[in-house]
Amino acid sequence: MGNFYLDNDDIPFYFDVMDMRGLAEIQEEYAQNGDADYVPQDLDDCVDSYRRVLEIVGQISAETLAKNAEQVDEEGNTLNADGTVTLHPLVRENLDRMAQADLMGFTLPRRYGGLNCPTLIYTMATEIVSRGDVSFMNMFGLQGIAETINAFASQEIKDETLSRFSSGEVTGAMVLTEPDAGSDLQAVRLRADYDEVTGQWYLNGVKRFITNGCGEILLTLARSEHEIEDGRGLSLFISERNECVKVRHLEHKLGIHGSPTCELVFTNCPAKLIGDRQRGLITYVMALMNGARLGIAAQSLGVAEAAFRLARTYAHSRCQFGGPIENLPPVAELLTDSRVSIEAARALAYETAAVCDRENNALRLTETVAELPKERSKELKQLTRQLKRLNAMLTPMSKYYASEMCNKVAYDAIQVLGGSGYMKDYAAERYARDARITNIYEGTSQLQVVAAIKGITSGVFQSYVEEMEKRTFDDAELETCKAQLVAAREKVAEAVAFVKAASVTYTDLSARRLVDMAVSVIIGHFLLKQAAICGRKKTVLQYFLAREMPMVEKNRQQILAGNQLAVDAYLEIVGEVPMAE
Amino acid sequence: MGFHSIVCVKQVPDTANITSEAMTPEGTVNRGALPAIFNPEDLHALETALEVRDRFGGTVTVVSMGPPKAAEVLRACLFRGADRAILLTDRRAAASDTLATSYILSQAIRTIGNYDLVFCGRQAIDGDTAQTGPQIAEKLDIPQVTYLEEMVELQECSQGKKAKIRRNTGNGWELVEVRLPALMTVLETANEPRPLAAKKVLRYKHASVPAEVDEAKAEALKERGLLLEQWTLEDIGAELDRCGFAGSPTKVFRVESIVLTKEGFTSVEPTEAGIAGLIQELISDRTLG
Repeated sequence: MGNFYLDNDDIPFYFDVMDMRGLAEIQEEYAQNGDADYVPQDLDDCVDSYRRVLEIVGQISAETLAKNAEQVDEEGNTLNADGTVTLHPLVRENLDRMAQADLMGFTLPRRYGGLNCPTLIYTMATEIVSRGDVSFMNMFGLQGIAETINAFASQEIKDETLSRFSSGEVTGAMVLTEPDAGSDLQAVRLRADYDEVTGQWYLNGVKRFITNGCGEILLTLARSEHEIEDGRGLSLFISERNECVKVRHLEHKLGIHGSPTCELVFTNCPAKLIGDRQRGLITYVMALMNGARLGIAAQSLGVAEAAFRLARTYAHSRCQFGGPIENLPPVAELLTDSRVSIEAARALAYETAAVCDRENNALRLTETVAELPKERSKELKQLTRQLKRLNAMLTPMSKYYASEMCNKVAYDAIQVLGGSGYMKDYAAERYARDARITNIYEGTSQLQVVAAIKGITSGVFQSYVEEMEKRTFDDAELETCKAQLVAAREKVAEAVAFVKAASVTYTDLSARRLVDMAVSVIIGHFLLKQAAICGRKKTVLQYFLAREMPMVEKNRQQILAGNQLAVDAYLEIVGEVPMAE
Repeated sequence: MGFHSIVCVKQVPDTANITSEAMTPEGTVNRGALPAIFNPEDLHALETALEVRDRFGGTVTVVSMGPPKAAEVLRACLFRGADRAILLTDRRAAASDTLATSYILSQAIRTIGNYDLVFCGRQAIDGDTAQTGPQIAEKLDIPQVTYLEEMVELQECSQGKKAKIRRNTGNGWELVEVRLPALMTVLETANEPRPLAAKKVLRYKHASVPAEVDEAKAEALKERGLLLEQWTLEDIGAELDRCGFAGSPTKVFRVESIVLTKEGFTSVEPTEAGIAGLIQELISDRTLG
């Protein structure tokens, strides 16, 4: 009997390297437990519960999700003539198992039947689930919808919906994208009209590329203020699955076949407003999106882990030239590179998740606990603002780095398997197909870079890293590593000064290189912290620095060269638009 | 309506993962060298009982006989949704064979009382006898249905409660109807055991029998409703000479540790002739036929 949590030595390592008790403490403070009979006795008990929950996730991922994944990928879900979707029976089974195991209200308060787990534990769980079946993460990982309801909806809506999420009775969808509003959600056109007579909102229009759009509870971004054309005219609505919403089309995708991607047609669909009008995109969806991005980072980690393990096992057992191919240096390097990249991305994603937890809990306390002392409330508000700025940089960095990483790892896994990897006989090709969506949805890598660059040019990066540089080590080798990271941070500062002096266009053009530099420095510091308590991690750090520091220098040189031909000579180089065939 | 089920569960050495230290030099099972696990088919018996409760209402009580450590399987039952768990632990019950074990368990079941269904796994992987379940039924003087593969129907009518069951006959199946109370032994093909339920794990992870903890801890657990029931032979009114070594006519004559010496593999050509040769070989060494 396999277990994708227990067989992974790196995920449990974070229970040693991160302050789990501290995390549990803020999570449990003023927790809304209702009459739940599974409240932890103390902080150690709480941390123990986190491990136990992950063990359950690990078991179901190995024994159910992974076992079903190939068939689900081959057969997919079915669109019915009446505009409904029938999930693949094995997707249904996956959902039922997760619900039986109480895992569908992972982060919700206990009063709604949830487990009240922090984002960090949810991120770990999402990774483990994704290793079992990348596509199923889109069911498990949509719990952010319930979180959004919990954070912003009225008490009435919360009471109506949240415990149904926890029990697994319903799943949800975030209904944002439209044919002409993809990356640019400000262009959303789906209409919301308020009927004074019935006192009810009605939705009309079309949404596209909706993950699990056939779910029972839809959170829909719609234009409630018809005279306002930008994002401020949008509000968020909740509706139950009914005959006024039909699935017109189920997308045929490269990967994640288990996840139904729907085109939805709304015809006079009654809906309720979430929170306030006009805050749909600018407040609620942005919050939802941040959580979802971290979820994709976790999904990326899961698929990378699965692909790496397959490649690692194959390289060990496949013999050519008189021995296993892992003895050949180029193959060994592919695998070493993959493993180090996974650990690097994991460090970034998990540290980011912990920052999210600190931010979310500080916000929760100030907004929901009336009896909080004034001084404390003031402190927490300040902390929230500070962490929000940090998160606005770390979350897109995590999504960007992890999703790009998993694409490379999955491609390299095919490479290690060679011809066999290209065949359907092995899961390597499925992993590569599934991985490909991660750097596209919930904001492409290019958009993550746009979000992350602000923190680098505004000084958030600088002060965050300088804080980490204060850590000292009584190990000379680690101090040497730290010195490299300090030098790299200075290179980032030099490059930032250069682009700022140049132009906005040049800053946009250089943003990816700047983010790459900054991410290397930040991850370097996380690995440095880990290396101080684990010998193997020191080796990982040394490998990471040997690989990344020259890239930092390369990016610095490229930026300082000031070349912007990609913009200035665009037409000359790319030529005319190709004629339609 | 509702059906009250009692499930007999056993903690067994994991015989699927045998190492060279699995047997002592004296030829007995070296329990220390094998991890203790939930007897696999008992999990399917538990699942059948839980499904009955989910569909028709009622309760699920689990009972296990074993050392204090066997409370682990009781917790595993609570984690999956059992309502009540009882450990029968008594040094005088040690060395019981299937006759004595079935007597003790039947006494425990009588003591629990008010039951419609008793479920056992088909057999335990340590002894592989498949005797205990049927012997419990005989001692309780209730009908038994072995090799349950599906609980087709449960009904309550004017004549009382009855069950319709599909049982595997080895080369097919038969549908039988039985009046309740009755005992059923369950096959692993009957169902897929449910996963541990996180909230129940968090609720019951500290649940213990008194023998596992000191008195102060037991008192604290009791206050939180987490002290599991622990019974002795007196609690179930068992006659001592029918229990343990004294009550066990089975005597182990000799235990032989078989070490498989054959190594490697045989390759068979994927041709008509190759397959025919393999079949001939299997018939001649009596693997087939």
